[in-house]
Amino acid sequence: MNMSFRIFKNVLKQGFQGMWRNRGMGLASVGSITAVLVILGMVLIMILSINNIVNETQSKFDEVQVFLEDSVKEEQIEEIGNKIKSFGGVKNLSLVTKDDAMKIMKEDLGDKGYSFEGLEDENPLPNSYTIQLENIEYADKVVENVKDIKGIEGVKYYKDVINKLISTANYIRVAGIIAIAILMFISVFIISNTIKITVTARKKEVNIMKYVGASNGYIRGPFIIEGILLGLIGAVLSILIVNYGYEYIFHFINERLYVIFTVYLVAPYTLLKDISIMFVAIGVGIGTLGSLVSLKRFLNV
Amino acid sequence: MIKFINVSKVYKNGTKALENINITIDKGEFVFIVGHSGAGKSTMIKLLLKEIEPTSGKIILEDKDITKVKNRRIPYIRRKVGVVFQDFRLLPNKTVYENVAFAMEIIGSHPMEIKKRVPEVLEMVELGEKANDYPDQLSGGEHQRVSIARAIVNNPPVLIADEPTGNLDPDTAWEIMKILKGINGRGTTVLMATHAKDIVNCMKRRVVALEDGKVARDEEKGVYEYEF
Repeated sequence: MNMSFRIFKNVLKQGFQGMWRNRGMGLASVGSITAVLVILGMVLIMILSINNIVNETQSKFDEVQVFLEDSVKEEQIEEIGNKIKSFGGVKNLSLVTKDDAMKIMKEDLGDKGYSFEGLEDENPLPNSYTIQLENIEYADKVVENVKDIKGIEGVKYYKDVINKLISTANYIRVAGIIAIAILMFISVFIISNTIKITVTARKKEVNIMKYVGASNGYIRGPFIIEGILLGLIGAVLSILIVNYGYEYIFHFINERLYVIFTVYLVAPYTLLKDISIMFVAIGVGIGTLGSLVSLKRFLNV
Repeated sequence: MIKFINVSKVYKNGTKALENINITIDKGEFVFIVGHSGAGKSTMIKLLLKEIEPTSGKIILEDKDITKVKNRRIPYIRRKVGVVFQDFRLLPNKTVYENVAFAMEIIGSHPMEIKKRVPEVLEMVELGEKANDYPDQLSGGEHQRVSIARAIVNNPPVLIADEPTGNLDPDTAWEIMKILKGINGRGTTVLMATHAKDIVNCMKRRVVALEDGKVARDEEKGVYEYEF
């Protein structure tokens, strides 16, 4: 064992001792770090899931469905089609007749398709056009133009849905960032107070250490180690909570609600590695910062 | 060994603590620094311990200019200067042995070396048998001997004693002086700030008398003060 290793071992030991002696406040510190990280985890999962939904369904968003009134005659249908084709941004136009619509519906329903047997003559489904847009940007303009054409019963497109999703994601992101920033600040404050208690308890010792010629690192080390340990414990706890908690919720949704819904959610454990790295880094960062703030304020070395 | 060259110190509140101090202390000397409270004794000690910086002038320790040094160099300067205070400053939850060993652990000494050196030093201050006692089991004189042991355990070339007998009765004070004399006899330069007239007069060592921040007297084999 060389000198610097012995010094490191001493500093580490004192850091652990400090944490153990001061475990009441330590618990508060760990709790606050865990809270920050769990909320961060929840926000992350929500945002990632919404992004998933947006991406997965993106292909559907460049389609606009135009439903025609039943009173519209066949020649008029073609006329309407030509009009739509003349609008800018329309890439492709396909007619879905009443019969096509019925077929599609039967196929979609599979076994249950028989309930539509005999309905062919008085088919309730409308004729419709499916417009493929060159780009989703054109959606609003095309829809506006199409609505002006006579004989249109309704227009269905997904841009409002996607807009709502994106703005929800933004709200979650902003609210999450604010909550996390406030909680981080509180955590740093709580930790700096925890360390302050250890500093005060060891003031005499530190004073003697100074006169005997302990290096600044040797004096500061134990307090910073204490902060790092608090951060590390908080990080481990929150990694466990976020992973197991999310797994539980994911399976709950999967079993009780819709499988369709969970398809869009981030699968449990895919995030484990990233979240672990991120949480440990943030936890240790908060801990170290808390110690440094405290040493700056209460320890003159 | 130690040199103060034109050293002045003015505190932030305007107090002139030292004015133009010039002193040279050679290796192995035993020097008393005497003077009334506020004469500048503590300021001199604080300057040597790098607790404060002089307003002007130069301080040299072991041929090195320590007037202006980076913060992280300061611990290494302090390792060259052992220090003993009037109020002992022992750690109550450590034994005599641990209090002394502590000073070696801090600078990363080898455990074998600590085991060898600490009993040696405790023997020097005649506390070999009290190694496992806690400070609250010790008398005042014994407290001070532990603190001396701690100050010299790392073999500093200079030992500073700031009123080491201030809290002790005369007999005990003499015990401490005997020990300090012994340490000085082994080659350590000793600087002692004191109010103890009898001790200074009996020891017949160099006396630097400070008055209002100036060197009023600097004599070999001096006395505390002349009576007129």
